[in-house]
Amino acid sequence: MTDASPIVKIRGLSFSRGNRKIFDGVDIDIHRGKVTAIMGPSGTGKTTLLRLIGGQLHPDAGTIHVDTQNVPDLSYRQLYALRKRMGMLFQNGALLTDMNVYDNVAFPLREHTRLNERLIRSLVLMKLEAVGLRGARDLMPSELSGGMSRRVALARAVAMDPMIMMYDEPFTGQDPISMGVVVRLIRTLNDALGLTSIIVSHDIAETAAIADHIYLLSGGKVVAQGSSKELDESDSEWAQQFMKGLPDGPVPFHYPAREFTEDLFDLDNASRGVRP
Amino acid sequence: MEYLQSLGHKGLSFFQRLGRGHILLANIVMGLHTLLPRLRLVLIQVFSVGVLSLIIILVSGLFVGMVLGLQGYNTLVDFGAEESLGVVVALSLVRELGPVVSALLFAGRAGSALTAEIGLMKATEQLSAMEMMAVDPVRRVLAPRFVAGVISMPLLAAIFSAVGVLGGYFVGVGLLGVDEGAYWSQMQSSVDLYDDIYNGVIKSIVFGIVVTWIAVFEGQDAIPTSEGVSRATTRTVVHSSLAVLGLDFVLTALMFGD
Amino acid sequence: MTTRITEIWVGLFVAGGMAALFMLAMQVSNLSTYSNEEGYDIEARFEDASGLKVRSPVTMAGVTIGRVKDIVFDDNTLQAVVIMRLDNVHNRLPDGTSASIYTAGLLGEKYVGLEPGSSANECEDMMLEAEMEGREFDPANCQSKPGYLAEGSKIQITQGSMVLEKLIGQFVSKFLTEGDGKAKDNAGDNTGGGTDNTETTKGQKG
Repeated sequence: MTDASPIVKIRGLSFSRGNRKIFDGVDIDIHRGKVTAIMGPSGTGKTTLLRLIGGQLHPDAGTIHVDTQNVPDLSYRQLYALRKRMGMLFQNGALLTDMNVYDNVAFPLREHTRLNERLIRSLVLMKLEAVGLRGARDLMPSELSGGMSRRVALARAVAMDPMIMMYDEPFTGQDPISMGVVVRLIRTLNDALGLTSIIVSHDIAETAAIADHIYLLSGGKVVAQGSSKELDESDSEWAQQFMKGLPDGPVPFHYPAREFTEDLFDLDNASRGVRP
Repeated sequence: MEYLQSLGHKGLSFFQRLGRGHILLANIVMGLHTLLPRLRLVLIQVFSVGVLSLIIILVSGLFVGMVLGLQGYNTLVDFGAEESLGVVVALSLVRELGPVVSALLFAGRAGSALTAEIGLMKATEQLSAMEMMAVDPVRRVLAPRFVAGVISMPLLAAIFSAVGVLGGYFVGVGLLGVDEGAYWSQMQSSVDLYDDIYNGVIKSIVFGIVVTWIAVFEGQDAIPTSEGVSRATTRTVVHSSLAVLGLDFVLTALMFGD
Repeated sequence: MTTRITEIWVGLFVAGGMAALFMLAMQVSNLSTYSNEEGYDIEARFEDASGLKVRSPVTMAGVTIGRVKDIVFDDNTLQAVVIMRLDNVHNRLPDGTSASIYTAGLLGEKYVGLEPGSSANECEDMMLEAEMEGREFDPANCQSKPGYLAEGSKIQITQGSMVLEKLIGQFVSKFLTEGDGKAKDNAGDNTGGGTDNTETTKGQKG
């Protein structure tokens, strides 16, 4: 897509939790300045992928290069230095509940810089203005609606002007209006601040609207990739099922089980589930 | 066979948790120097850990002292030794009840609150979010709470003992008519600064370390669901109470068993 | 505003805790009765120092004037050597002072009680003599200084611990021998044995 080298380069990534393999040899490239979406059915480890990029989890195998540094190899100090250049928006905002909106946005600035309060104030108000919540600066997180707290969290995530923004399910559980707000915000912030954005989501319409490139994950592998247009037109069964939201396809409707008739007439185990 | 397997599994996970707990303690201690320029964080936690436990400590200290005064009087008066009431009250408070009871109350009041708070922060991804903001939650969240607990515990135990001695005084001298001079002077001649008070303070510092450590660890190690947090809170109270009572025996044997 | 209140509360809390510790140290413990470590050491030998501990009080006329500093066993004389530190202010104790080990109350702690004795000093003797003879006594004639206990002094007259079992043992054996005599005297008196028993019990109670 671009001739520049990818800012995040994942090769042969494997990760398992207990006996369950979540990733099995995943290769992903994320390019500078683009909005890249990682999509897939629930439970495919999309959030896990963000945690792996952020160094919160350690992969079983493979490399995750972020801006030429391999995340799993970094020392404590290097990892924390790298994280200062990453922003992440959590599913529920994850605002610090013992501080008000203003202090939440100021938190990373106060932790990492020695700026004086006046400068911090102008920075915080700038970020809050960008998400349209400058008037809500004195509210506590418990007084915010879900959409508002996500916007505050977004302001906080970009407070340090990161190079990469990661969004974990930014659209779930939002009413159409605030969803539209967030969609627009992600795109404008990305272009205005020159960020690179990674969106993890399963909301096709919203994601497809702003993503430059989409990876489809299923069963621990990348099953399809391309722009939303390419995926729409692709003849991959996975892509078709996911993009069109078909109930049955390569991703089965049923949780793996025996034949229904066999289960139904299994009289040996019939007492199980019957109240004594 | 299955039973053996589950036993082995439980044993392994026990040791795993034990190891994790000690690694956490080591991380907290190694990160303490980063706390030095930011003592405000500790101060805020001393408020929520120490000051908010004051009421329960004051009230229970007073009543424990009053009960000691009553019981001690009833026992001693049979031997005509009610002048020694001050000694009985002061020694039992300073050596045992002060550190132990206040540590148990502390575990119930502050320990459970710490676990619940940290557990909820984990469940709502606040700890994760901090980590992704390049702020180490061990240093920013856990260490100040730990230090605050270690500071508060001996102060609370001292307040407990002092209030208890006064409670014994009210009952013994005020209600039962023990001689005031005898109450204080017998106490002063029998309670030793080093043997009793100093050792009592050491006990309460050890209890403070153990209780806050368990509380902080259980919070950080909680399964991030509401059920997991509530179970972690219960575990904090149970484990830290047991640890306090067990350690009390060990410490008493070390200090007073000459 | 809220941080201000927090800070005030924390300050009050810490001050209260410190005050409680201070009260325990000053009011409850024996810190206030600690004399400053300055003082002089004297030594006394006892046949039996059982029950006496380091830091047990040393009293004279019921007032604590020092503490036991050390208790050691002398291999040569097979005695207990008790080293006591007396406060410097009490520097005019006659050197004929005797030391005994007493028990505070029936079951209380052991302590060393000092009783003043005549000082083995010539001046006082001369003074007494002069008084008795009705002569005028001129202290200037007297060369020797009055003898006081000082650093390293040894107390000559001592009385060791009373061990309850020993006392009772002595008492019982005394009564038994007396009883034997009585029994011989009142041969044929059937109540003899009964008297013995009651006396023994009384003795133990005492």
